[in-house]
Amino acid sequence: MEFSDEQLERYSRHIILKDVGYEGQQRIASGSVLIIGAGGLGAPAALYLAAAGVGKIGIIDGDVVDTSNLQRQVIHFTQDVNKPKVQSAKEKIEQINPDVEVVTFRKIVLADNIMDIIKDYDFILDGTDNFPAKFLINDACFFAKKAYSHGGILRFNGQTMTYTPGNTCYRCIFNSPPPKNLVPTCSQAGVLGAVAGILGTIQAAEVLKYLIGKGQLLTNKLLTFDALNMQFRNVAVSKNRNCPLCGQQPSIRTLMNYEQPVCDIKQNNISSGDKVC
Amino acid sequence: MEFDIKKSIDLLGVICPMNFVKTKAALAHIKPGEIIEVKLDEGESIINVPRSVKEEGHKILKVFNDGQSFRLIIQKGSDQ
Repeated sequence: MEFSDEQLERYSRHIILKDVGYEGQQRIASGSVLIIGAGGLGAPAALYLAAAGVGKIGIIDGDVVDTSNLQRQVIHFTQDVNKPKVQSAKEKIEQINPDVEVVTFRKIVLADNIMDIIKDYDFILDGTDNFPAKFLINDACFFAKKAYSHGGILRFNGQTMTYTPGNTCYRCIFNSPPPKNLVPTCSQAGVLGAVAGILGTIQAAEVLKYLIGKGQLLTNKLLTFDALNMQFRNVAVSKNRNCPLCGQQPSIRTLMNYEQPVCDIKQNNISSGDKVC
Repeated sequence: MEFDIKKSIDLLGVICPMNFVKTKAALAHIKPGEIIEVKLDEGESIINVPRSVKEEGHKILKVFNDGQSFRLIIQKGSDQ
């Protein structure tokens, strides 16, 4: 695609970069990203990816905006309370950058829909807040041979890694979801809003690097940070030959839905879960 | 000396950094080894643009001084 004068100006700070340039910006503009979860991680990621001019951004989320989201989910405003998150996010993205095509799915990812949804995207961004979804996304991206960014936050901590086909997957490190209620959720334990911003923004940077094909991704690395002491660690991880998904004798051959703690999903949002808006 | 100029752009009145952005856009549309001509204002433009162009691996073949403005002859590097 050719950029107009207005687009050259909009993306000038990218184009000036030697590692992005005109060609890199073209790759961003022809790229597509699916953001799963329009919450603490998805919100900053969506804002930066929209501003960066990613050609197509898909957003999937079954929830509506709640007042308690506003402390960190910066794509949603006070006036959006009770509005579907995907609609709120789409409105902001379009205001930031009308170049971006936004596709919304007002539902949650499940074993029977995720493959069909991710197939149209170059890169998947996990911005979910629960283990069943994180394992499902990992497994689906492995089977679909899609690159994705894992992200998780709690209290003052965050962790992220990037998966590309052939490299260490989430299950290589974390075999299966922890027992229910062993790890508290953000709604039980709290999270510093800015921590979501840091992590979601790191994920957005990984997406952009993947699209332009420059630099080192967080593949075979788990980046963790503790914002309370502002310490970052980059831990080398490697493919696990005993991984139940991508190891030598895999036991997982199909997608599965792990049971979700009932308190974490609002029933009214499940019932409206199949509507595509 | 004659140059085989593939594209000529007039960036008179275009200030930093858009003059460099538009130069990069023009270079993106030609092949390595091919040549573009860029008209630039004196002052900041003619100081900054050639330096940035060289840093990205392109070659400045010649700079013509036309009085109040300059013409830069740039050959696209193979690094792109």
